[in-house]
Amino acid sequence: MNSNWSLWRGQVLAILRLEIKKNFLAKRGLWIYLLAAAPAVLMWTHALMNLRDHRVCDLGHDNLIFATIFQFFYLRLAVFFGCVGVFLNLFRGEMLEKSLHYYLLTPVRRVVLLVGKYLAGVITTSIIFCTGTALTLAAILVHVPRNAAEQYLFAGGGLGHVLTYIATAALACIGYGGVFLVMGFLFRNPVVPVVLVLLWEAANPFLPTLLKRLSVIFYLHSLIPISVPAQGDFAFLAILGTPTPAYLAVLSLLLIALAGLWLGARQVRKLEINYGTE
Amino acid sequence: MNGHEITFENVSRFYGDVLGVNRVNLAIPPGITSLVGPNGSGKTTLMNLMTGLLRPTQGRIDILGVQPHDPERLFRFVGYCTQYDSFPRGMTGYQFVYSYLRLHGKPHAEADEMTWRAINRVKLADAAARKIAGYSKGMRQRIKLAQAICHDPTVLVLDEPLNGLDPLVRAETIALFRSLAETGKHVIISSHILHEVDAISDQVILLSSGYVVAEGQIHGVRTEVEDHPMQILIRCSRPGALASRIFELDTVVEARVHNDGKGLLVRTREPDRFYLMLNRLVVDGVDLESVAPADDDVNSVYEYLIGPDGGSI
Repeated sequence: MNSNWSLWRGQVLAILRLEIKKNFLAKRGLWIYLLAAAPAVLMWTHALMNLRDHRVCDLGHDNLIFATIFQFFYLRLAVFFGCVGVFLNLFRGEMLEKSLHYYLLTPVRRVVLLVGKYLAGVITTSIIFCTGTALTLAAILVHVPRNAAEQYLFAGGGLGHVLTYIATAALACIGYGGVFLVMGFLFRNPVVPVVLVLLWEAANPFLPTLLKRLSVIFYLHSLIPISVPAQGDFAFLAILGTPTPAYLAVLSLLLIALAGLWLGARQVRKLEINYGTE
Repeated sequence: MNGHEITFENVSRFYGDVLGVNRVNLAIPPGITSLVGPNGSGKTTLMNLMTGLLRPTQGRIDILGVQPHDPERLFRFVGYCTQYDSFPRGMTGYQFVYSYLRLHGKPHAEADEMTWRAINRVKLADAAARKIAGYSKGMRQRIKLAQAICHDPTVLVLDEPLNGLDPLVRAETIALFRSLAETGKHVIISSHILHEVDAISDQVILLSSGYVVAEGQIHGVRTEVEDHPMQILIRCSRPGALASRIFELDTVVEARVHNDGKGLLVRTREPDRFYLMLNRLVVDGVDLESVAPADDDVNSVYEYLIGPDGGSI
C-alpha cells in the first residue's frame, strides 16, 4: 500500500509539473491574468497618483473600497470566471485539442489523473488570484505613512485581514474549482450552466437562509473580514442571515471541492476518447 | 483465455446507432499482426478498445490477462502509437517522451536514460530539443513511436505507423517492428499500405464495415477464399506447350499465357496438389525458371474479400 501511495504521489507530481506549466503559459488564459490584475492596477494607479501629488490617504476609506472590490468584483466575477477558464478546460480543453489521450495512455489511474489536474488548477488559480489580492492590498499600504501602515498591520489586526483575504481567494479557487471541474464533464457546451451558476451566486443575498447555503459565495462571505452589505434598488430584498463560523465555512468549501472531485471521479472513470464527437 | 494472448470475446462497440465493430472474436498471438481494412472498417475502434480509450458496448477484452479499463496495470506493458496527430501544447520531442516516463513513476535519471534510448532508436536525437509543433509529419510519427516503445512494452499497438515516413525511415521502422516481434512481443499494426503489411505480417485480420471478415496467416486466409481459385505464375520457356499439358489436370480451372509471353498464369483450387504434379507435367524443351503464387498476398485477399474499391464484401 505504501508503494502505491508513493507511486500515486510521484504521478500527481508529474501531472502537476505538466499542467501548471501549461496553465500558466496558455495564451488563451491571458484574460485570467487581466481579471486578476485589474483591481491591483486600479489601486496602484490610485496609490502612485496620491504619492505624486503628496496626498494623504485615508486607510479606513481605502480598506472599505478594497472590501467592496473584493466582495463584488474579485470573488463574484474575477475568481469565478478565472476558475471557469481553468477548471472547465482541464479535461474539456484537452478533448477539444485532441491531446487528452496522452494522459489516458499512461499507467495512471483515472482518479489520480483527476486529482493531479484539479490540484494543478487550484495551484494555478490560487497563485494568480492570491497574488492579485496581495498586490492590491500592497497598493493600499504603500501610500499611507509608514507608521500608520505598521500600526494597522501589527497592532490593528491588519495583518490578519491581509492573510484572511488571501486565504479567502485561495478557498474561492478550491470551491469554484470543484464546481467547474464537474461541469466540464457534464456539459458539452457549459456556457448556459455557467451563466446559471453565476446568477445563482449573484442572487445569494436574496435567497432564504437554507438556499443561501447551497452556494460557494455564501461561505466566502462568511470569511471576509469586512462585509459590505448589498446596495442599490433591490437591496431591501436582501435577506440577512447569520454568517457561518469561519471553521464551518472553510469546512463547507472543502466539502464542496470534495463533492466535485467525487462526482468528477465518477465521470472520469467512464471517460472515452472520441474526438470526432466533440 | 490465457496470459499470452490478446483476446476479444464477442466484442461489439456502437457509437449511438452507428456500428463501430460487431461481434468480434479474436485471439492474437505474439508476432506482427496487421489490421487491414478500408476507412471506417473498425481498425482504430479495435485498437482503442484494446487500450481502454473506448469501452465495449458488450463483450470482453483481455490483454495478456489484464482488462483494458485498468490503465495502471495495462500501460506497464502496452505501448500505443495512436493516429491522433495532436500533442500536449508547447512540448519538445524530448519532453513528450520524458514526461510520459515520469507519469510511469520513473525517477529522473532512469526516465532521462530511457528517453534518449527511445529517441535514438527512432533516429530523432538531433530534433529532440525542438518543439513538436515545428516537426514534419514524419518526425511527429517517429516521436509518437518513440513514446510507444520507450518503456519496452510487450504489446505494441500501432495505428498507421508508417504514414508520412520517407522510404528509408520506413524501411528502418519496419526492421524495428521485426526486431520487436522476434523477441516475442505482440506488434499490432493497422495499415493501408498493403504490400508492406504483406511483407511484415505474421498474421492479418481483415476488417470490413465493423466485422472481422478473415483472420490468420496470410496463406491460410488466402486458401479459405474459395470463390477465387489460387493464381500461380510459372515463368518458363514455351508457355504454350506447358499450357496444353496443364489442362489435363482436373484441379486446374484456368491456364493462360502471361501478357509478356514469358510465362503461364494458372488458376487452381488445389495449389498443393498442383505443385506436386507440376514436375511430371514439364515437357521436354520447356525450361522452368520459377513457380510462385501470384495472389497469395494481403493485397489479393483484401481485394477478394473486401472488394477493389474498399467497399464491403
